[in-house]
Amino acid sequence: MITFIIRRLITAVFLLLVVSVITFAIFFLIPRLAGQNANELAAQYVGRNPTPAAIQQMVERLGLDQPLPVQYWHFLKGLVAGENYSAGPSVTYCPPPCFGYSFRSQLAVWPQMVSALPVTVSLALGAAILWLLGGVSIGVLSALRRGSIFDRFSMGVALAGVSLPIFFTGLISLELFSYKWPLFPNVQYVNIAVNPLLWARNLVLPWVTLAFLYAALYARLTRAGMLETMNEDYIRTARAKGLRERSVVVKHGLRAALTPILTIFGMDLGLLLGGAILTESTFSLPGLGQFTVLAIQNQDFPEIMGVVMLAAFFIVIANMLVDILYAAIDPRVRIS
Amino acid sequence: MTVSVDPAAGHLEPEATATAPGAPIIQGRSLGQIAWRRLRRDKVAMAGGTFIAFLVVVSIIGPYFVQDPTVYHSSLIDPTFSRPIGPWGGISLAHPFGVEPITGRDMLARIVDGAPYSLLIGFLSTMLAVVIGVFFGIIAGYFGGWTDSVIARAMDVFLAFPLLVFAIALVGVIPNSAFGMSGNQLRVALLVFVIGFFAWPYMGRIIRGQVLSLREREFVDAARSIGARGPYILFRELLPNLVGPILVYATLLIPTNILFEAALDYLGVGLIPPTPSWGQMLSSAVSNGFYYIDPMFMIIPGLAIFITVMAFNLFGDGLRDAFDPRTR
Repeated sequence: MITFIIRRLITAVFLLLVVSVITFAIFFLIPRLAGQNANELAAQYVGRNPTPAAIQQMVERLGLDQPLPVQYWHFLKGLVAGENYSAGPSVTYCPPPCFGYSFRSQLAVWPQMVSALPVTVSLALGAAILWLLGGVSIGVLSALRRGSIFDRFSMGVALAGVSLPIFFTGLISLELFSYKWPLFPNVQYVNIAVNPLLWARNLVLPWVTLAFLYAALYARLTRAGMLETMNEDYIRTARAKGLRERSVVVKHGLRAALTPILTIFGMDLGLLLGGAILTESTFSLPGLGQFTVLAIQNQDFPEIMGVVMLAAFFIVIANMLVDILYAAIDPRVRIS
Repeated sequence: MTVSVDPAAGHLEPEATATAPGAPIIQGRSLGQIAWRRLRRDKVAMAGGTFIAFLVVVSIIGPYFVQDPTVYHSSLIDPTFSRPIGPWGGISLAHPFGVEPITGRDMLARIVDGAPYSLLIGFLSTMLAVVIGVFFGIIAGYFGGWTDSVIARAMDVFLAFPLLVFAIALVGVIPNSAFGMSGNQLRVALLVFVIGFFAWPYMGRIIRGQVLSLREREFVDAARSIGARGPYILFRELLPNLVGPILVYATLLIPTNILFEAALDYLGVGLIPPTPSWGQMLSSAVSNGFYYIDPMFMIIPGLAIFITVMAFNLFGDGLRDAFDPRTR
């Protein structure tokens, strides 16, 4: 088990390196290919209406006049070891992970992301609990009563759910429950430490909106998985040896059907922790997702880069945790 | 959801017709024909298919029939609140879907003009994903060994990426004119590339799984025994047997890609206004704060996205059931 965890850790580090190469390529290689020269590229890291001197300084600092591998090395070194920034006469040290300074707010990118994180975590975790419980139980019931009215109805709703853009359902729920019938008026994020009740109340709409999409997805997946598992021979065996239907379904059927869903759950949760971009921008929640959107609207490259790396980090970590969890549940995984 | 389409049935080409005199002639049917018969009986899937056909027709000829989507009708706008005069967002005979707040542009025209972009980007990006995915999926599944490990790992890496963030970043860093293109032409190419490029691993995984079981079959051995080489086996023997799953998953990938494109439009990194797009219409409903004064302004483009995506999903689900009825 320990060797498995170590192997998985090494893979995770490797994945993060690959992500950093691709992020680097997106921000430094592709604009070059698209025909921008070093000065134009550097200008985007300096701010609006930069002076030629400032651009020249940025070209040197990013190493844009040097070959690509050297540039990548600079980029990686900043992330891992931090970097010294010379702003005029004074030199500030940017501790790792150093994503540089936003030229919009003149603040370091990393602390800004850290302060946006609790919002995103609140949103993602709350919604995850809702959709996992809702989606899986609906999927199981549908599979067990295949062809019934309940099955048809819930699968119809689920199909509609996966076809609805989340920003549309979000807007509709705002329109209905915040304006027309103000059950949840004035939706805005409140820190959980300040007022837990208000925190929960104001997050109900975003939670339900986000969970609806994923619950629909998970209900479909669970149903398909359960239909497949319940046809397996060992289910027949379990029934034949006289187990109660309840434990056949839960212990033998659901347990097997749930493992692939856990994998997807890990990925989805990791993805959401990197910013539930659409939900946050629809409900104006000041989390990582909204941070991303603002960064893009302002063309604030250091911020965009930071968000991309952080989001990838969450996915890689979530995947790793799921794999380890998997190995703990199912020992066969460790060997392959 | 891994659905295995039984490939055995696919290779039974037209079966030998009974030759015994007097015996009823049994017509052999290919998997495609069987699936098509099942599909035709599936009313829901056919409804979805019909709507897709209608949508294609609308996107091709529709723009010639509707009004100019850029013309402002300020006389239809309430000057105090800037919202359309009349109920339901100013719906009238002249403007069946009402008009936009502030400008008074015809909503029907904007929806119809937005349709071709949505479909085009959905189709093209899916095609790109299918081509890349099938190519690497077949190669990984057939050759196995380290080729397979490298490709499978690469697919894992792609699937582990924060797609939306990457797509936004990529569209964001490209200047307004590049690669010999500019404006919306560049944006369409970019959107197709970004969406297709990030969607291929889904296709790749499915194809790889299929090929893993296909390559053990007798007909592959037979081809090899008469001296067929890799490329021939890959594209002449294996590929025809993959048409079913490719068709099914391509159909199911289109709605995902349409939603993805709408999301990029919504976030303002999609098509450049004044070119109408459904996602961007929704986002202007939000940014103006008009969605509670004039709900129709948001409901109409939202429904357009929803119905389109739903039609593709219904058709795709029906297609999958037709190829493999076990999952129904």
